[in-house]
Parts: sequence; structure tokens; C-alpha cells
Amino acid sequence: MFQRKNIPLLATFGVLVVLLVVASVLYRNFLTPLNFANILRNYAFLGVIAVGMTFVILSGGIDLSVGTVMGFSTILLARLISVQGVPALPAICVVLAVGCAFGAGLGLVIHTYRLPPFLVTLSGMFLAKGISFVILPSAQKIDSSWFAELASFKLKVFGNAPLTVTTMIFFAVVSIGIAIAHFTRFGRNVYALGGAESSAVLMGLPVGRTKIAVYAISGCCAALGGIMWAMNSTSGNPAIGLGTELDAIACVVIGGTLLTGGVGYVVGTLAGVLVFGTIATVIRFQGLESSDARIALGILLLAFITMQRIVVQGAARGSRMAT
Amino acid sequence: MRGVRKTFPGVVALDDVAFTVRSGEVHALMGENGAGKSTLIKVLTGVYPKDAGVATFAGREIAPRTPLDAERAGIATVYQEVNLIPELSVAENIMLGRQPKRAGFLQWKEIRRRADEALARLGLEIDSSRAVSSYSMAIQQMVAIARALYLDAKLLILDEPTSSLDEQEVAELFGTMRRLKDDGLGIVFVTHFLDQVYEIADHITVLRNGGLVGEFEKAQLPRLELIAKMLGKQVAEVEKVGATLAIGTPGETDGPALLEARGLARTGSVAALDLEVRRGEVVGLAGLLGSGRTETARLLFGADKRDAGEVRLEGESAALAHPAEAIAKGIGFCSEDRKSEGIVPTLSVSENIILAMQAGRGMLRKLPKAKQLGVANHYIEALKIKTPSPETPVENLSGGNQQKVLLARWLCMQPKLIILDEPTRGIDVGAKGEIEKLVESLRADGMAILFISSELEEVVRACNRVAVMRDHGKIGELVGAQIEEHAIMELIAAHEE
Repeated sequence: MFQRKNIPLLATFGVLVVLLVVASVLYRNFLTPLNFANILRNYAFLGVIAVGMTFVILSGGIDLSVGTVMGFSTILLARLISVQGVPALPAICVVLAVGCAFGAGLGLVIHTYRLPPFLVTLSGMFLAKGISFVILPSAQKIDSSWFAELASFKLKVFGNAPLTVTTMIFFAVVSIGIAIAHFTRFGRNVYALGGAESSAVLMGLPVGRTKIAVYAISGCCAALGGIMWAMNSTSGNPAIGLGTELDAIACVVIGGTLLTGGVGYVVGTLAGVLVFGTIATVIRFQGLESSDARIALGILLLAFITMQRIVVQGAARGSRMAT
Repeated sequence: MRGVRKTFPGVVALDDVAFTVRSGEVHALMGENGAGKSTLIKVLTGVYPKDAGVATFAGREIAPRTPLDAERAGIATVYQEVNLIPELSVAENIMLGRQPKRAGFLQWKEIRRRADEALARLGLEIDSSRAVSSYSMAIQQMVAIARALYLDAKLLILDEPTSSLDEQEVAELFGTMRRLKDDGLGIVFVTHFLDQVYEIADHITVLRNGGLVGEFEKAQLPRLELIAKMLGKQVAEVEKVGATLAIGTPGETDGPALLEARGLARTGSVAALDLEVRRGEVVGLAGLLGSGRTETARLLFGADKRDAGEVRLEGESAALAHPAEAIAKGIGFCSEDRKSEGIVPTLSVSENIILAMQAGRGMLRKLPKAKQLGVANHYIEALKIKTPSPETPVENLSGGNQQKVLLARWLCMQPKLIILDEPTRGIDVGAKGEIEKLVESLRADGMAILFISSELEEVVRACNRVAVMRDHGKIGELVGAQIEEHAIMELIAAHEE
């Protein structure tokens, strides 16, 4: 655990603890179960998208389409339920399948034509945005009592802190993500792919299949994120989502995953999302603008990637000495 | 394999080659750079598809389309550049893609246990939970072999396995190879080291220019004849080349130092050392792998920053804090790792050659196209670079020719001092001889050369003065007639407490 490459991960948890301590000193009612539950509820959708992004980045890629795929999913869900009259549960399944297929398609193009993921997913981002407005040009309320009930369902824990369905989904996705990353061949292949793709090919690992699956997972997580966003607002909106992909990337990187691939942990992304959410909430407690949250995040992100570079360089020098 | 043919754009890499390996033998595959050894192996293991020909394996015809196909058929390969995932653990690297599972979940304990078993089969006892990148190249090589052998392979292909190993490690590897051979495994051994071929191989197949020269029994192929076959020359000619190389050993030169380093040090990489290089002198840095030779060179070039000491160039103190400064002051550096630190693989031969020259002129003063080609052609001819045209991407050339392109890049800057870090690694006898001759002619023209090599005989032949290194420090210096292989080895050994 205390290996050099784990330093960024430990640092993230350190920052999270410091943030929470400072915030609880500044504001007496910050570190309450209620407030914490609110942070989780507000950022669960981002967390789910970030878990998907973690796999993409671990594999050495990037997925810029997740933000608009999320927006696309909210409006697709709204249209299916409110206009088409599809029952909520089948509608949710359709949206998940579409997101998954969309991601898989991008992965297929990236793998087959050996195109840079940045450009392919950028195209996917525009595509998803455009289609959203074709589905419905403006926000649409979701008329389904079952969906509304699901969205407002809460478990009371720790003295009345509400644990919403979205929060539970977030925790479930993180747990499944950890299990996939560390206890399946597929997960280890993702690490191998991001660590050294040419070696992975020569080792006989199923590189193409792994790559396509990684983007499919990311697309599926983006769709799930969209469904969760729709639960929070009981509506769909074709205009939202742009920029969310960058928030997700920031969470993953703050969580200690190297943008170059091959090194990182899903649990780090959980910490990254909590840091992200805590900073935004602190800024709101302070009564400042959301632009200040962006500034704080920008500085923090810069500090993290600088630290990662220093750690990686130090490790490289260490291994040169050992030979 | 019979009648194998493979073409790349503009190059016929293999033409009608036949190759037979029996079980229970070590079969050496020999040839100069560009002879087609690597291509043959990549065809055999499914990395490239073949254009024509038949391959049979254990009586059945095979046509592996991916490395996985070949692996399933029982052909295991360890490539020249160790192909492992540096950040993952040793155990994981051995077991990737074949981890034991229960109900879909990986059994980490079982992974560790089986990996340790595979390592034990090679007589290796290391902590398999540590990252591969934390071990030396030699260990990484062994890990790669352990991985290759994990499945019940019937044929093991070792592509240049010894090029980054020291003598002790080579001996260990050979012990392992003999054990595997006795187990009935067929082993294909690709190497440039003749001594090693004669030590371990049973049969030798020689390739030249993508064609088959022949298959020979080791006992019936004297060394000189093998070299002649590889070079496509007569035995007498080869003897002559050997003789001129030996005579070429230059004597000691006097005169003021071009480069003078005093107390040069960097914490954790080089202990304080003094070094002088004069004009018209080849100074060698000898020592085992990891003795600090490359680190010293990087300090002199400004690629790493020194913590202490002073460097004087032509009598004037020089900071050398950055490679750009070193280049401006007339120092060239051909790095050891030509793949990742030197060559830009997708640029053409001529673009690679003029890269540093253009950088020296600045971005806005582009070198005229005609001049570029002129310079490139001059060096292609002078260094005998084998390329279809100056516009061919460098990645399509063989290792030795890539090395020459790198050398040409620095030579067209007309440096006063050139640092050659392992210029002959991974290239064949013929090209080695040519590079040594080149070094000698540069020296004769008054250039100062710092020559780093793991091959002692090469150091002995090429250098006027040799600084011997050990454990990140300089432990002695040999001049002129003192320079002999055993003298260097004695120095290294004597220092051992």
C-alpha cells in the first residue's frame, strides 16, 4: 500500500480529510450527516460518470462524450416516458442500452481505425449534443408516478440523514467498479493496456475487445448518470451535460489516476468526487459564486498533476539506480 | 517453414526463406541487421501475416494470425525489448490473461503461488509482488521467459535475450536454456554475440538481405566462415578486416584538454569524478551495467543537473545546465536508448538527420529542401546507411542503420566532442566494424570522442584512454598500451571489497 505509486491516492484522501476538518471548524453545521448526504445526492451522478471515465483513463484513453451522452440520456428518457408513454422501467433499460451501444461504437471506431480517442470522442460529444435537440428541443417533465416515487425514495440513516436511490446507485457502481478493476481478467487487461499497449498485444491479451468494452462501460455509466440527473430533477433537458465530462476527468485525476494510463484506483475516484463535491459545497456555504469553486478546483487540479509528475519522475530515477 | 516471403512498402524483408527447428535443440538464427531475423520471427509468431509460404508445427500446418494464436499452438516468444507492463507486479505480469478464477473472480493468492512456481522453474527467487519496473533488465528478461514458458510451450523463441545482460546473468540464462532443452523444448536463439552462439547452439541458420544463406551444424561451421557467410564475403576478406581493426588501435595523444571535468557529481547517481577528453582522442567509459557510465554522460551533456564539480570546455568554465547549451558549445550525444530518446521513427531518414541542424538554426530559418537532401545524401553515403531513399521513414530501417542515422544527425552539427553511449548495442558484426572504423576516422579528423560500451573488446580496440567505473564512481584510468581486457576486469574486480 505504501508504494510510491500510491502516494497520489493517499494524498487525495489526505486532502479530503483536511477539507472536511477545515470546513467543520469554519461552519458548525457542515460536518452533519444531513449535509454529507446532500453532497452525495448532488454529486452521485457525476461520481457514476467518473467511475466509467476511470476505466477509460486507466486504459490510456479519454472519453469526452460522456457529458453530452448524459444530457442525451435525460431527454431520451423524458421523451420515452412522457411522449411515447413507455413505462419507466423499460424506458430506463432502453436508455442504458443506447448509452452502452453509443460508447461501444466509439470504441469500435477508435480500435478499428487506430484513431486518437480524443478526436473520436469529441465527435461523439457533438453527435450526442445534436441528437439531444432532435429528440426534444426543450426541457420535458417526466410524467411517471413510479419514477417520481423512485426518485423521492429515501432510507433514513445516521439520525435522519436521507440516503437517496441515486446515492445508493453511486455506492453500488463504485463497489462494482472496484471488483471489476481488481478481481476480473478484464480489469487487469485494462491496466495492462494503459501500462504498455504494444506489450499487451505481444502478451496475447485481447486488446481490441478490452478497448471497445472500456468505452461501452463509459457510455453506460454516462447514461446511468443521465438517469440519476433526471431523478434529481424529474425532468429531461437537452441543454445540460456540456462540461460534465471535464468535471469527471478532474475527479479521476484528483483521485490519483495517471492521465497516461495504467496506474490508479476506482476508490481514488470516489475520493476525487467527494473532494470535488466538498469544495463546491464549501464555496456555497461561504456565499461565494460558483466561479470561485472553479478557481479552487483549478488550483487543486494543477497541484495534483504536478505532484504526480514529481512522484513519477522520482520513481523513474529510483528504478534507474536499481539497475 | 518453407518458402516464406514478406514484403513491406518498398522493401522485400524476406524472400523464399526456409527454417527448421527440432525439439530438444538450441537453434541460432544469425544475420546482419536487416537480414530479416526479426521479420521471420514476427511472421512465425503471428505479428505479421506472411505473403507466401507454409509453416508446419508438430506436423500440422499453422498460420497464426495473432501472437495469441501462436501461443495457443505452443510457440512462446520473448522479444528483444522486454515486453512487460512496468507498473504491474511480477506475479501479474506472468499470469496476465491466464489468471485462475473462481466464480469469475481472480484468486490473487493462487496467482502469486503459480507465478512463484514459474519463477522457481527458472531458479529465480524474487518478491513477485513488487512492480516489474523495480527490477533490473536481467530480472525482467527472466520474468518474460517465465511468462512465455508458463503455458506448455514446445518452442521458445528468444530474440536478443542477452544484449542487456552481464556475463554472470548470461551464464544463468544459458543454464536455464540447457535445462529447458533437456526437457525437450526447441529453442530459437537470435543474437549478435558469436561466442554465445558457439557456447550454446546446436544448429545455425544464416540469413542475409532477406534471403536464406543456409543451415549448418555448429561443429561444421568455423567462426570465421560464419562471419563470412553473414557478410556475404570470402573468408580471406574477413581476416583482413579483423586485422585492420586491430592495427587501428590508436596511441596516446597529448595536448590541452577539450573537456575537463573536476569533482563532477550528482547525489544518488554519480560520485565525484574527474575526467578529461582531448582533441583527437577516444576516451572510453568502461564498467558493468549500472556502474554510472550513462549517468556521467548525461551530466556532461546537461541532460541531468550536476550537484557539484566544475566542467571546463576549451579552458573556459561551462555551466552545462541544459542540453541546448551543450549542443551550442559543440557537444553531441548519441543516446543508448535509440528507440525512445533518439530517433523519431515516423520522420524520414533525411528529416531525422537534419533535425538537430534545423534546431540550431531556429524555427524561422528553414533549411532549403535542396540543402537538406544534400546533407542527408552526403551522410547516407559516408556512413553507408542502407535505405531505399532519403525519404523512407526511419522506422523501416534496421537497428544498425537507425544508429547510423542518429550518428549522422550529430555529425552534421560538426561537434567538437561527441558522446557515443552504447553505439553498437543490438547491431551486428559487420555494422559494428563499420561504426568502429567511423569512430577512428572521426578521431583522426581531430574530434574528441567519449565512447561508452559494455563490450570490453570494443573499448580496448577503440580507445586511447579508458576510465573504469564501478558503483557510480570512477575507480581508475588506463592509458595506451595498458588498455587490455583483463586489465579493465582486474580493476573492476580489485575494487571489490
